[in-house]
Amino acid sequence: MSAVQLTPKDLKSDQEVRWCPGCGDYAILNSTQAVLAEIGVPREKMAIISGIGCSSRFPYYMGCYGFHGIHGRATAIATGTKTANPDLSVWVVTGDGDAMSIGGNHLIHAMRRNVDLKILMFNNQIYGLTKGQYSPTSPAGLKTKTSPYGSVDLPFNPINLALGSGATFVARTVDTNPKHIKSTLLAAAAHKGIAFVEIWQNCVIFNDGAWKEWSTKEARAERTIDLQPGQPLVYGKDNEKGLRISGGEVEVVAAADADVWDPTTAAPLAYIMAYLDEREDLPHALGIFRQHAKPTYDGAVKEQVDFLTAKKGKGDLKKLIYTKDAWQVS
Amino acid sequence: MIRFAGDSGDGMQITGNQFTDTTAKVGNDLATFPDFPAEIRAPAGTRAGVSGFQIRFSSTDIYTAGDIPDVLVAMNAAALIVNYKDVAPGGIIIANTGNFTERDLQKAKLATNPLEDGTLDGYRVIAIDINARVTEALQGSPLTSKDVLRCKNFYVLGLMYWLYSRPIEPTLEWLAAKFAKKPELADANQTALRAGYNSGDIHEVFQGRYEVVPVENALPGTYRNIMGNHAVALGLVAGAELAGLKLFLGSYPITPATDILQHLSELKEFGVITCQMEDEIAGICTAIGASYAGMLGCTTTSGPGLALKTEAIGLAIMTELPLVIVDVQRAGPSTGLPTKVEQADLLQSLFGRNSDAPLPIVSCATPADAFDCAVEACRIAVQYMTPVILLSDNYIANGAEPWRLPDMDKLPRFPAVHVTDTAGYAPYSRDAKLARPWAVPGTPGLEHRIGGLEKEHITGNVSHNPENHQLMSEMRRDKVLGVRDTIPTPEVSGPEKADLLVVGWGSTFGAIRSGTERLRREQNVSVAHLHLRHLWPLAHGLDEIFARYKQILVPELNMGQLSRLLQGEYPDHRFLHYGKVKGKPFTAREIREKITAVLEAKS
Ligand SMILES: Cc1ncc(C[n+]2csc(CCOP(=O)(O)OP(=O)(O)O)c2C)c(N)n1
Ligand code: SF4
Ligand SMILES: [Mg+2]
Repeated sequence: MSAVQLTPKDLKSDQEVRWCPGCGDYAILNSTQAVLAEIGVPREKMAIISGIGCSSRFPYYMGCYGFHGIHGRATAIATGTKTANPDLSVWVVTGDGDAMSIGGNHLIHAMRRNVDLKILMFNNQIYGLTKGQYSPTSPAGLKTKTSPYGSVDLPFNPINLALGSGATFVARTVDTNPKHIKSTLLAAAAHKGIAFVEIWQNCVIFNDGAWKEWSTKEARAERTIDLQPGQPLVYGKDNEKGLRISGGEVEVVAAADADVWDPTTAAPLAYIMAYLDEREDLPHALGIFRQHAKPTYDGAVKEQVDFLTAKKGKGDLKKLIYTKDAWQVS
Repeated sequence: MIRFAGDSGDGMQITGNQFTDTTAKVGNDLATFPDFPAEIRAPAGTRAGVSGFQIRFSSTDIYTAGDIPDVLVAMNAAALIVNYKDVAPGGIIIANTGNFTERDLQKAKLATNPLEDGTLDGYRVIAIDINARVTEALQGSPLTSKDVLRCKNFYVLGLMYWLYSRPIEPTLEWLAAKFAKKPELADANQTALRAGYNSGDIHEVFQGRYEVVPVENALPGTYRNIMGNHAVALGLVAGAELAGLKLFLGSYPITPATDILQHLSELKEFGVITCQMEDEIAGICTAIGASYAGMLGCTTTSGPGLALKTEAIGLAIMTELPLVIVDVQRAGPSTGLPTKVEQADLLQSLFGRNSDAPLPIVSCATPADAFDCAVEACRIAVQYMTPVILLSDNYIANGAEPWRLPDMDKLPRFPAVHVTDTAGYAPYSRDAKLARPWAVPGTPGLEHRIGGLEKEHITGNVSHNPENHQLMSEMRRDKVLGVRDTIPTPEVSGPEKADLLVVGWGSTFGAIRSGTERLRREQNVSVAHLHLRHLWPLAHGLDEIFARYKQILVPELNMGQLSRLLQGEYPDHRFLHYGKVKGKPFTAREIREKITAVLEAKS
């Protein structure tokens, strides 16, 4: 790929950004523009494809190619675009409702196929655009307009869903930490294959503070742990605490005794890290849960076409139509 | 007509006799031709050892011409090779793959396997390992494995009973009586019969044979037999080539459309990409995504799948991307009668979307016509930047007829343009056909955003302006209506003026054409036939045509769809609906009788 140098400004469109003031989407937009300027892909080769939701307005604000699809179908549309032209860098922007309820089927299948897409799922645990109904990631008991007495639904754990669907790159980041968004998206961009990135996002209007227990600058050190390849599993204000996995359980140890994180392992450690979400006494994990190398769907499709074209020669329509059992009428 | 063919030892005579008896009980007329091998003891598996039994039956419903079998049951390779040429084009060949091993092929003097080498192109081949299925069905039976295999003729008989909706009880009783002293044999054969019967559901075999309209003075040229689904597949490849594009198919299997996906998935060397997706919605969405990237996106389905694609079709209309949607109609609603024919998705195709969402609709008349119609659908999609629905049906899909092969060099091209010029580019500017420019990702300087939200005229920016929505809605309508400037006024077959005009669409073509021709020829009836290939927009000049006839009859395999459309569009004329929804095509005789009745009622 040619070394293209862009600035974040090159990735802004001329359209006015219209999220509510204070919405977490702004920080994600800015970080994404910064990242895309750095990945060495020319602007015309980037396509951002979204579904429907506040988050899905994203393509209109980007200076590259963009497609605002229909609710839940962005991954399917993007699969077509990427397969048709593997040369493009295709990004999907979606919400927790868009990706995990109406679009759940397409999401899991895109992940199992390992289509080379980068999926950014903005998780605000609510339906923002439709003004505040519970979503498939809302915690049980959440009071919303459609759950005035508390939601009785049990939520998905998006990371577990992605891991279980076979996604080859699974990561999580948070709107309050632009630096972390950037490093995570850069790693996603560098990954060949599907990258699923859950982004904790604050909806100031309909679910304000949903993540604040973990996401504020003050909380992050104690309440989250950053999974980085080759780095020890440490956290705490001075990185003084560590995590060790033994016998399928996670224990808190001194930083020096912490395990070193390896997202490339075939061992089911990523699932254990996702399961930290259910533990009050342990930090929630951010960073890179899994990073596996596997053949991509779009690559395999192209390979078959190329292989058979080389083997059989470029298709000749006349030969295809005029079969040997044809006969003449004069 | 069915022909059972196998080794002399395969019990084909018994099978044939049982089918005959049962058929007689159902009340059909029939004639049978048992055909014993010349050498009673010819070696098993050889061509000389083939034994056959043929049964021909008819009722007022089933009309087949000539002495050609519609179904051949070939119990081994030799039986297939000796008999397949007699089968009507598009006929069903049921082959017992259990007897197509290397050794069986050798005994039948075959160098390659006829099931795989293209010998059977143009037939509906149902390859079943009957030996294995019977062995499975009779697991735990006290019979030796050799005796178990001898029950396979009853498995086949069961499948035939399913195919022709015959009861299995008479044969069950016959077996019980015949083997009264050997209950284990009665039991085994009965089990095999039931297993064969039940397998019919699983294989979703289409019943009935496509009736080829006899043509006098066939045009000179090169011909081959083609089935409708195959013709659609070839037409899509040809359409893409004529547009200078590569074809992309996003699809999900559904009877009776699946063959198109199967055919296209074999054509990798044509650059055809096929994606078998997780559902119909993903099928069309990948196709839209591929069209966005510059390929010719296409999706194939049947009625239930078209229903699922509804919202995405609206997206393609809004984003004004080329897309071909093939609906091979089957009898519905819901799952309905998946292996039976109906043409009842016309109004779904026209109106089955939220809001005003117009698109062009093309429908094929015959298996060979399906090729031309697929090309035509591609042309409209590309020239007008619009989704197009191509309607086929179960009868065409599984029917075969001789196809006069086109001269590929002479087919008109309709090259698609991927714009690259940045000067004056605007995503929703329009050309003379009101089509917007197709700028695909990867083109420097033309970065833009499209989507389902209403777009501002010319700029393509999101717009909630009331005047703009009115304007854009009119643009979408007028663009599609404009397609009529590029389609010919259809020709009437028969007199320019007459007492009756019969207007049809889709696969009723054959029955209407032969019905009207015969009435004119034999009874001098004043009747003409108008076939509509384009169902939206309707061609110019129809009003004038309708005005020349005293009455207009519209036969359709539905409860009144084209008739309603025409009544709404041409309120000055009266359209008489003649419907049939029995999962079966019209016969020419039904059409003749209806015409006679309509004309008599008037006089
Ligand atoms: C077919 C369809 N069903 C429902 C809707 C209404 N709808 C739009 S966005 C949305 C939920 C959005 O939630 P999420 O994906 O979490 O996005 P957010 O707005 O929170 O970013 C719903 C239900 C729609 N646009 N289309
Ligand atoms: S409703 Fe919530 S998610 Fe949507 S823009 Fe406003 S703050 Fe952001
Ligand atoms: Mg949300």
